[in-house]
Amino acid sequence: MTARERIAGNVAGYVDDRTGAAKWMKKNLTKVFPDHWSFLLGEICLYSFVILLLSGTFLTFWFDPSMREVIYEGSYEPLKGLEMSAAYASTLDISFEVRGGLLMRQIHHWAALIFMVGIVVHLMRVYFTGAFRKPREFNWIIGVGLLTLGIVEGFLGYSLPDDLLSGTGIRIAEAIIQALPVVGSYLAFFAFGGAFPGVAFIPRIYTVHVLLLPAIFLALITVHLMLVWYQKHTQFPGPGRTEKNVVGYPLMPVYMAKAGGFFFIVFGVTAFLGAVASINPIWLYGPYTPGQVSAGSQPDWYMGWLDGLVRMAPPIETVTFGYTISWNILIPGLILPGIMFTALALYPFIESWANGDKREHHLLDRPRNAPTRTAIGAMALTFTLVTLLNGGNDIIATTFDLTINQMMWFSRIGVIVLPPLAYVITKRLCLSLQRADRDLVLHGRETGRLVRMPSGEFVEIHEPISAEKAWLLTSHEQLAPLELPEHDGGGVRRPGAIKNKIRNRISRSMATAVPKATQTERQELEGHH
Amino acid sequence: MSNEIELIKDPGLPAHVHRRADTDPKAAARAERQVATLFILSALGTVLLVYSYLFVDEDIFFFIPVLGDTNAHQLGLGMGMAIALFCIGAGLIHWAKTLMPDEEVIAQRHEFKSEDEDREDFVKTVKAGAAAAGLGRRPLIKRTLGAALGLSAISPVLLLGDLGPLPGNKLKTTSWKKGTRLVTDPGDRPLRPEDLEVGAVAQTLPAIAPGEHRSLNDIGKDAVLLIRLRPEEFNLDAERLSWTYEGIIAFSKICSHMGCAVALYEQQTKHLLCPCHQSTFDVTRAAKVIFGPSARPLPQLPITIDTEGYLVAQAPFNEPVGPSFWERSK
Repeated sequence: MTARERIAGNVAGYVDDRTGAAKWMKKNLTKVFPDHWSFLLGEICLYSFVILLLSGTFLTFWFDPSMREVIYEGSYEPLKGLEMSAAYASTLDISFEVRGGLLMRQIHHWAALIFMVGIVVHLMRVYFTGAFRKPREFNWIIGVGLLTLGIVEGFLGYSLPDDLLSGTGIRIAEAIIQALPVVGSYLAFFAFGGAFPGVAFIPRIYTVHVLLLPAIFLALITVHLMLVWYQKHTQFPGPGRTEKNVVGYPLMPVYMAKAGGFFFIVFGVTAFLGAVASINPIWLYGPYTPGQVSAGSQPDWYMGWLDGLVRMAPPIETVTFGYTISWNILIPGLILPGIMFTALALYPFIESWANGDKREHHLLDRPRNAPTRTAIGAMALTFTLVTLLNGGNDIIATTFDLTINQMMWFSRIGVIVLPPLAYVITKRLCLSLQRADRDLVLHGRETGRLVRMPSGEFVEIHEPISAEKAWLLTSHEQLAPLELPEHDGGGVRRPGAIKNKIRNRISRSMATAVPKATQTERQELEGHH
Repeated sequence: MSNEIELIKDPGLPAHVHRRADTDPKAAARAERQVATLFILSALGTVLLVYSYLFVDEDIFFFIPVLGDTNAHQLGLGMGMAIALFCIGAGLIHWAKTLMPDEEVIAQRHEFKSEDEDREDFVKTVKAGAAAAGLGRRPLIKRTLGAALGLSAISPVLLLGDLGPLPGNKLKTTSWKKGTRLVTDPGDRPLRPEDLEVGAVAQTLPAIAPGEHRSLNDIGKDAVLLIRLRPEEFNLDAERLSWTYEGIIAFSKICSHMGCAVALYEQQTKHLLCPCHQSTFDVTRAAKVIFGPSARPLPQLPITIDTEGYLVAQAPFNEPVGPSFWERSK
């Protein structure tokens, strides 16, 4: 036994004597994780969250979250002598007086964008592969919660510097609060400590941004990871992989090195962006005043879809019994996002209700093998993309020499027409891919080699695919549609007939598939050749 | 027939293929050197960071294609940090991929559902616990506890009451009164009609007494845009026309949609455009909404001149300025 091994043994013994953790540690240090690039997306979110905590803590040492008016006397010449809030002035100081301050600000902002991109792409991976199915519904809901909180946290964060751009964003948020029926103006006055903008808002959202929300994030992320750990990670289908096993590499040492290394990679890339790519140059915007705005005002990308929805809303406002309801704000600003996020959170339950599948799933779906789910996802993405584009309609219009009216009408019509179109196209594409898989299994790979037969006929040589590939293309299961009774034996409609009819319809749509190739069919074909 | 169909079988995990470093000691040594090189590169990155922090002045700029004018201090710090961190990560991953074991391991899964017996016991425990507490048998306790819990929610809500004052009529009023002079923003100069040429625009605020301070809250309600057209270009009713002065018309600059500053004026078309959500208002028709999400025209400020010839408000705004709210029309 070498000295090093003896020390390792002593440390393990010391810990076990005091915690009795040996059994747990033995099991978990060698825990198996499956390998796939798309499983890194969630890790990116976790690591950028850590980067956000580190860089954010740095920023708090100098940032002064106060709307007290000061005269700027820092080293940035164009703003010298101007009246501004202490929040804005201290952000300028971080950018120009504190060594590395600008770097940290830019790292913080880039990490926030990467955090949100990571969440959205991770969510897409989980959705399109069906990883949200039983037993992982809780984690799906936690994920949707993290997405929602991330949007809020990001908005509060870029609102803190109190520059002209962010102040305009706060103004819009205030207008949404103010538009709430009955309580709107009261809530707005409570949130802002009086009329807009007042002097209370920045210090208040600072507490929420640096204390309240990060604490909730930390709690939710912990539960999210503990569930991944406890439930074991899903895996993609393939030879040797079943619902009953996990094929991969042990935590120690392979995943410790890989995951630890990946943290440094994400941090390194974020630092690189912070070094070379300017982001949110607040000194160019100037201090906030409600009487000014700059052309081309844009929120960060994860708010863009919301801004796009607000922009495309038709100008509808009603006054009933003297009370005003701003549908042009409430529908795009609250009602539609509310419906979107609720539907997103409930999707796992809706799907299992519709296809009657209540079993555990640990093998992921290839998106083509769940055409309806994939098509619904494509539809939702198309909707969001059109609204996101409309959030930048002024920039797009000036860049491509269009009028703002053309852009707006494209979005207004597109947001209704394009999503169903995306649904139909995606579903057809999935079924075509299924058909291609079937052909590949039955007839093999096209080699491109043409052979002339003695009869003069030309044929292309097909090579059979490997047993592994054939298994991969046929291992998925094809659910039969539900056949819930709508009528009783005597032909009379049963109670709940309408519900059953709807479920039957959806499940029939979800069960649409090209029958997968079987060994029997393969052998029959071989007999023919 | 259907039960005779044979499905394609799982061929099982493919045989493991060894990496070069597993079989060739030279390749393993090479991989080890590569990992070490990455760690050394990382150390050099840290050296770059320390050097930039201590010795590179903060006002040196130089030109880099694609990036443009770049600050040497900031770039040195950032690149040093990026290299230091990235190379640690790359080294660790290269180490894991080339030298650590890469044979796949199979672990078994188990259904999460507990044994039926355990489940029954669990349900029994819950039921027994509830019975022992006796809530069902003691409705008085149940009801009073429910009421107390419900009432206790009042305290946090009530204690947050001092977050802000009640709105009162603050959303409905501005600083404009009859006779308030319109002064330029910035500059606080009072304006005469002849200061504005036809086609010109001016951002104005109500005049304040010397020494008085104008808060952002005031600006957020009081900002006014003055636009001068030729009087015959207006398409207004008699009352609205009487609110203009020699072709000068005044609108609230705070958007009737969500309160952004309606800052873009198109001289050719005489349209005002809000850059936030592109609501477009026609100046010649009392700022009627002709495009975009806003549902109401911009409030118009009636103006005239005072005895000294300066532009003043005839009266306050004809309606509340800014975005809508529930009791706006009350």
